[in-house]
Amino acid sequence: MAIAPIQRVLIIGAGIAGMQAALDIANAGYEVVLVEREPSIGGRMAQLSETFPTLDCAQCILTPRTVEVGHHEHIRLRTYSEVEAVEGQLGDFRVRIRRRAAYVNWEVCTGCGLCQEKCPKKVISDFERGIGPRKAIYTLSPQAVPNKPVIDRQSCIYFERGKCRACEKFCPTGAIDFEQEDAIIEERVGAIIVATGYDLYPLSLLGEYGYGEVPDVIDSLAFERLLSASGPTAGQVRRPSDGAEPKEVVFIQCAGSRDPELHKPYCSKICCMYTAKHAMLYKHKVHDGQAYVFYIDIRSAGKRYEEFVQRAMEEERVLYVRGKVSRVFRENGKVMVWGTDTLSGQNVEVAADLVVLAPAMVPKAGSDVVAELLDLATDEHGWFTAAEANLQPVETKRAGVFLAGAAVGPMDIPETVAQASGAAAQVLSLFAQWAERNGNA
Amino acid sequence: MRIAYFPGCTLNTTAKGFDNALRASFAALGAELVELPEWNCCGATFPLLVDNMLDLVAPTRVLLAAQRQGDRLAVACTMCYNVIRRTNNRLRSDADALEKLNYFIEAEYRGGVEVLDVLQILRDDVGFEAVQAAVKKPLTGLKVAAYYGCMVLRPPTEVAYDDPENPHALDDLLRALGAEPVEWPHKAECCGAYLAVKSKEATAEMSYRILSSAQRAGAQAVVTNCPLCQFNLDKQQLDMGRRHGGYQPVPVLYFSQLLGVALGLDTADFGWERHYVDVRPLLESLG
Repeated sequence: MAIAPIQRVLIIGAGIAGMQAALDIANAGYEVVLVEREPSIGGRMAQLSETFPTLDCAQCILTPRTVEVGHHEHIRLRTYSEVEAVEGQLGDFRVRIRRRAAYVNWEVCTGCGLCQEKCPKKVISDFERGIGPRKAIYTLSPQAVPNKPVIDRQSCIYFERGKCRACEKFCPTGAIDFEQEDAIIEERVGAIIVATGYDLYPLSLLGEYGYGEVPDVIDSLAFERLLSASGPTAGQVRRPSDGAEPKEVVFIQCAGSRDPELHKPYCSKICCMYTAKHAMLYKHKVHDGQAYVFYIDIRSAGKRYEEFVQRAMEEERVLYVRGKVSRVFRENGKVMVWGTDTLSGQNVEVAADLVVLAPAMVPKAGSDVVAELLDLATDEHGWFTAAEANLQPVETKRAGVFLAGAAVGPMDIPETVAQASGAAAQVLSLFAQWAERNGNA
Repeated sequence: MRIAYFPGCTLNTTAKGFDNALRASFAALGAELVELPEWNCCGATFPLLVDNMLDLVAPTRVLLAAQRQGDRLAVACTMCYNVIRRTNNRLRSDADALEKLNYFIEAEYRGGVEVLDVLQILRDDVGFEAVQAAVKKPLTGLKVAAYYGCMVLRPPTEVAYDDPENPHALDDLLRALGAEPVEWPHKAECCGAYLAVKSKEATAEMSYRILSSAQRAGAQAVVTNCPLCQFNLDKQQLDMGRRHGGYQPVPVLYFSQLLGVALGLDTADFGWERHYVDVRPLLESLG
């Protein structure tokens, strides 16, 4: 190479995978450019209530990490940003990043939150998974890092009608800037880690469960928000339709997973565990409630995982029914669930108050764009493909580009973190080799 | 549009009203169903029950007759659709089977015919918007329960042109006709099919569950696309009152009949007299 390779890394995605890799590399003294599409970092884990199998408060173990990432002298955080173009090769990638207009000058903003309080426009929050509101000017959560708001142009009354500017009026530091435009940032890095994560299979594709049109049929991330102390119900289990406390809750596993004919053929791996957790936490909050879990098999391979599921069954008296649910529909204010118990050979009908689906994990929307930008291989479902499944799980066929976390496939938090540290180690190993080569030259 | 048409034996006999209403409606919509000049039994259930090549002869002959007319075949009976389409799938993916059958019937079917259900053609070729535009007597205020024969849904990868778990093509059509399809859970639950031959009690119970669910949802009529479903649901009601006190019968119609009514066609040959539960009072109440 004519010029010395650049000992700086780009990480795409600032969920727990991207954050872990960023901290590992930054703590070794190298620079990290961490790009995140959302206004703040933390990814899916920031939406979770508790983690299995320890029932740690997710926010409590995540926040020290997000804060560390936010303040790290070697991490350049680019939130509300997307990678638009990548040129070059190992040792010298030239990256173009588009930073979307937030319409708030983050240099001046103190994060006081007054604008969010005063904004008159309420919209449904994606972060709250559709069961809670946010304002047109918003941060994802009170613990957001960076704790700076953005204006959602589609919902903002001023952008729609040319009138309002309530946020501007009340902002004590004059940070609101309706004239702000997207910014293009060029970065040069020597290596790239892809940590784009996952989405859940949309309920609108599950006709048998009501296409997502029944308000009291929600997905597992929405239930996380219901359980979360920082969620829209402050941690109280309330069903979306009328705010009542549900006394009969049906959890349906494999909603779209392990269904090769109509949906996804693969096992989403984490649902058995988080459903056991959901049922358990529900019972902790609603003592006289009944939780049912419909399952195909229980897959609890992992340290202390099986014990955790046994605890849900035996100590928490969660009723596990081995069988699939064929139909979910509304009747007389209830959510009727038709299923089968394949152990007794009986069909089962439950008049539920709330139904929680565990949808298949699918690659994060837009990860196909990242794959194309970086010329990376994906499998038939869109998951990134490692260079070699057994011995090179975090490498790709493209030199200098690595993978971390659920961008590769369904993965739980410990595995994600281990993978991310693996990807970070690969990058650090490269940097060390370059340093040695330059030193010898 | 002209398309080769295979009615199936039921539409020539007990479901003649389905057939007459269908042809008249399609003609009114500018889509002509041209009956195959020579056709035979689709083979009914038999071809797909066991792995016997001989059973595929009948449906292959139907496909051959269709090939002479063009590259698409409209099928009205859902059972025939299922059998002919699946036979076609087999012939398209199994060169050995195709060769053997061609040798046996001394002809050359090339696998090029597209087998389509008439409701599918109505949706994709005619278009429900065009149907809506052609409606002369909208079925305003009529609450209907759309009921789907399993034969157009299962097995999904082979035959379904709709969501097999929650189909809605029929609901969408009925909405285009001005009717109000009810939300109900039994739209794709089994009617009992041929179990009617073996166990009348079992089918009677299955029919009761479907019909009572439709009525609980407020439906004034059940509308289907399947002759066997229509027969089961209609006829079982004759003595349903004896098992279930207070049971009130509900008419069971073919979608083509309501289509013809909404298009303002002459309904004299729509086969109303063949229904066990009289449809006419309901239709008259529509004005």
